Amino acid sequence: MSTLLECRDLTKSYGQKTAIDHINLSIESGHIIGLLGPNGSGKTTFIKMINGLLTPTSGTLTIGGNPVGAESKKHVSYLPDHTYLNMNQKVKDVIAYFRDFYSDFQAERAHDMLQKLGIGPEDHLKSMSKGTKEKVQLILVMSRDADLYVLDEPIAGVDPAARDYILNIILSNYDPKASILLSTHLISDIENILDEVIFIQNGQIRLASPVEDIRVKEGKSIDTLFREVFKC
Amino acid sequence: MAWNLDSDRPIFSQIVERIQTDIIAGKYEPGGKLPSVREMAQEASVNPNTMQKAFAELERIGLVYSRRTSGRFITEDIKMIESAKTTLAQQEMNRFLEIMQKLGYSRSEILDLLNQTLKKN
Repeated sequence: MSTLLECRDLTKSYGQKTAIDHINLSIESGHIIGLLGPNGSGKTTFIKMINGLLTPTSGTLTIGGNPVGAESKKHVSYLPDHTYLNMNQKVKDVIAYFRDFYSDFQAERAHDMLQKLGIGPEDHLKSMSKGTKEKVQLILVMSRDADLYVLDEPIAGVDPAARDYILNIILSNYDPKASILLSTHLISDIENILDEVIFIQNGQIRLASPVEDIRVKEGKSIDTLFREVFKC
Repeated sequence: MAWNLDSDRPIFSQIVERIQTDIIAGKYEPGGKLPSVREMAQEASVNPNTMQKAFAELERIGLVYSRRTSGRFITEDIKMIESAKTTLAQQEMNRFLEIMQKLGYSRSEILDLLNQTLKKN
């Protein structure tokens, strides 16, 4: 195992407001990590910095030893919280698009998974339900051979059966050498697939721990602990 | 379908218990092959590293052994499976007794009740 992502005193301010406040964190390879926090705690800001969509105000963020940039983006596969796909396209067009963009994209793997869902290359994105669109996007993101998968709310807005399916996609594509960082507030649905959790509040890390340690020490689930820590 | 696990308790020990019970109950035959870590993690909907640790624990207690290239297998030692069965039964009996004593039953009352219930079923 090696350090995949490291940040030191990472800070992001929007004018007067500090969204990420001097975060120090390292993520090892081979882990599934939950990034959990209430709305507005800084999860998406942090994720956007990992993907180079926002630049830090101060501090450093490196991925595989490289600063965020063209090199790091080759190794990070990102599922944003909003879609960026062109809804006027067909499935085969977005697959071609991903293949052009990412040299590590495995088109065959994507086709296989889509086929199991009954989605063909000629299907139009705009004719799909919200849940199906989310599944298609996740399949595209997980079909890359990346070192780090960053999934921003991968199970939000889909029904429980679709959530199970999405977790299954994540587990079946998981490469033991890669890591997955996923943000969510549907904790009870995902906590059994996590190695570690990071609780984030007001831009600061409130807690970072292996999930099994929490269950042993506290005798409670991550969901229960979250409700206690962030009680309103 | 994901396994029914209790998120308040360590997942690792629940997986060990579950596979152990499946071996004792004959779901996996002595000498038979266990599914891979990835397959089992997917089936149970749990973290693959946790499944890996559970497999290592089953190896340590001797119910499972691994062949370097071909995967993991259930022990062929029937005695070992029998002894795991006895241990598990003993644990269940202790748990039962504990609950009954909490409810205020004496040992002889427990025995009477148990006999009655066995007759009824």
